[in-house]
Amino acid sequence: MKTNRKFTRRQSLKLFGFGATGIALSACAAPRPATQAPGAEQPAQPAADGGKLEIFSWWTSGGEVEALEALYKLYREKYPNVEIINAALAGGAGQGGNMKAVLETRMIGGDPPDSFQVHLGQELIGSHVKAGRMEDLSDLYASEGWNNVFPKGLIELASYEGKPYSVPVNIHRSNVMWYNTNHLAEAGLDKPPATWDEWFDYAEKLKAKGIGALAVAGADPNFSAHVFENILVATLGPEKYTGLFNGATAWDDPGVKEAMDILLRSHEYAQADYLSVAWGDINEVMTSGKASTMIMGDWTHGLFKSAGFKDYGWAPAPGTNGVFVALSDSFGLPKNVKHRENVINWLKLCGSREGQDAFNPIKGSIPARTDPDLSKYDDYLKQTIEAFKTNTIVGSIQHGAAAPQGFVNDYDTIVSTLLASKDTAAAMKELVAAAKTAGLSK
Amino acid sequence: MAVSQTHLSALSPTVHKRRINRDLVIAIVALTPSIIAVAIFIYTFIAWTFYVSLANWNTSVVDYTFTGLGHWERMFNSFRFQMDLRNLALYALGFMSQCIVIGFLLASLLDQHIKGEAVFRTIFIFPFAVSAVVTGVAWRWLMRPDTGINLLFEQLGLGFLKSNWFSDPTFGILFVTIASSWQFSGYIMALYLAALRGIPAEVREAAQIDGCNTWNLYRHIIIPMLAPVTFTAIVLTGMGAIRVFDIVMVMSGTGQAFSTDMLATHMFEQMFTANRFSAAAVIGSFMIILSALLVVPYLLSVRKEQEQ
Repeated sequence: MKTNRKFTRRQSLKLFGFGATGIALSACAAPRPATQAPGAEQPAQPAADGGKLEIFSWWTSGGEVEALEALYKLYREKYPNVEIINAALAGGAGQGGNMKAVLETRMIGGDPPDSFQVHLGQELIGSHVKAGRMEDLSDLYASEGWNNVFPKGLIELASYEGKPYSVPVNIHRSNVMWYNTNHLAEAGLDKPPATWDEWFDYAEKLKAKGIGALAVAGADPNFSAHVFENILVATLGPEKYTGLFNGATAWDDPGVKEAMDILLRSHEYAQADYLSVAWGDINEVMTSGKASTMIMGDWTHGLFKSAGFKDYGWAPAPGTNGVFVALSDSFGLPKNVKHRENVINWLKLCGSREGQDAFNPIKGSIPARTDPDLSKYDDYLKQTIEAFKTNTIVGSIQHGAAAPQGFVNDYDTIVSTLLASKDTAAAMKELVAAAKTAGLSK
Repeated sequence: MAVSQTHLSALSPTVHKRRINRDLVIAIVALTPSIIAVAIFIYTFIAWTFYVSLANWNTSVVDYTFTGLGHWERMFNSFRFQMDLRNLALYALGFMSQCIVIGFLLASLLDQHIKGEAVFRTIFIFPFAVSAVVTGVAWRWLMRPDTGINLLFEQLGLGFLKSNWFSDPTFGILFVTIASSWQFSGYIMALYLAALRGIPAEVREAAQIDGCNTWNLYRHIIIPMLAPVTFTAIVLTGMGAIRVFDIVMVMSGTGQAFSTDMLATHMFEQMFTANRFSAAAVIGSFMIILSALLVVPYLLSVRKEQEQ
């Protein structure tokens, strides 16, 4: 009996060791796919002497991939000897979470990709420029004449201490309400709700029919936070909203409280299974007709198109007519890249009229340049190009334009917690503290 | 023994001494690389992580300025971290109890010398070969409120059994443990089965001759004899609960108001989304401490056994 006990314990120790080794191995294996992303371009013949160009992005869905491919096609025509490595990694939390993790690791580890997708604004500046990992692009801006073709506000967003650090390739509008045209007709409305009051009336009508009024992805904290920023724009107006990020507006302003109340009330009209839906699956909620409206950026347009969904219309998110909540994807030049010359050619293409007009109509975004060939864009995009010229432009929180990443993270946490606790006073107190930590206010 | 050894060494002192030296040298040469590797890649990095948790590294700009326990205090006061602790308690409870109970039951059933035992053994242990990501995706679909199990219940006229599963805002995390236990129970079964096979037939026979029924046989003899394996299983599943990441990430995400958030998912976001390295290091260090609380007693008890 004694020996037997001993035997089993030693045996189990061995098995423990086996398990631990297996776990350790799998832990080591986990980050590997990052460097060799799925769908990496492998031409039949390796490039003769032009070297390589590794482009890192989170564009993996329908519409996005084709748009990126259109840019690659142009690049290959111009530089046939360069082999493009498409290192695209799926987004994760709806805004490139997984991709950012791999990127961060590679940047800190001194192995930057040749160029990578990053949201213009604090996401680029706070995460990479301040850490001294990016090259100043002033010369490129001067030689390509970009200072005259990109809107001034956009160049400011790309700049730190007066020097630009990335090239904006597109502009997305984040405050769009997508709605199901069939539901609207069934409810007897001839135009989509323009204010939150109208929206709640519409939501009541839909509730009677058993349709969720608002599409919500509750499994990720970030989705509702995106909705919330658009409500903030509605209740505060563009000027006070911008003030949230420079200390002029306090985060416990009555407008913030009002926005929280609207957010909480709007989620009572979410589709039935919203708590189990992840951001990545949200479009299916709309295309299947489970929910009637969705407040989401205009990349949705390209995704709906590629999904073959036709019964939809668009309007500014309730209460935000005349305001353009903007975000922009851009590419920059990390220090110490392996193929610097190829990257500079890539950036030139990204900033060129030809490149932007090839990329944006497919991506469902508008060009960052002010001189596009309008004939290439569809109705939605023409309207958006027009709106961008005439509307007040403000930056998105959730998409890295307005505030640094540390604040975005706190903001997401607070909004997600608010949805469960419904304690607006506590949430405002925490937002004030988070803004102070992030240096947005004194 | 001692006498004979003295006797031997008295006969040929030089030969014996040289052999000891050679053994010692070989042992040192063989072990040095792994000792160095372990010292650097495990213990140095653990120490470094602890230091970072006390530093002021809160942006992507590296900052090793010492700031003390401020980050620890803030972390323990934060709602999300407190939710993580609550979720860890629920997850550990669900995961450990399911794995151990199901693993033990499967092992004792397989131990009845049934027909086709090898087939069943393979079936039960197979989920262990499936990656946690695949498990998470499969169960995510099974537990979607409008498809999978709920749809099955509805078709069978058992609509009252429908549930929100992992999207339940309070106990969602317990449903994630169903998936992870499905994956890991087979492994615990293998542990128990190996141990059950190691119990000599005489023990059972002796008990039966003394008039012991099956219940009492298990209750008073088999289960106590399996105690070391149960201890191993507790350590293994406990470690699994502390560091779970992949299956939660794939299956439920962090959930509304972090109802299915775990320490590792929180650490991941602090590090890579918010670039708060010191805050992430606090969580990492805390996970190391929790793991040590589990593993150190285990290693001590193994050592005691070996010494006896």
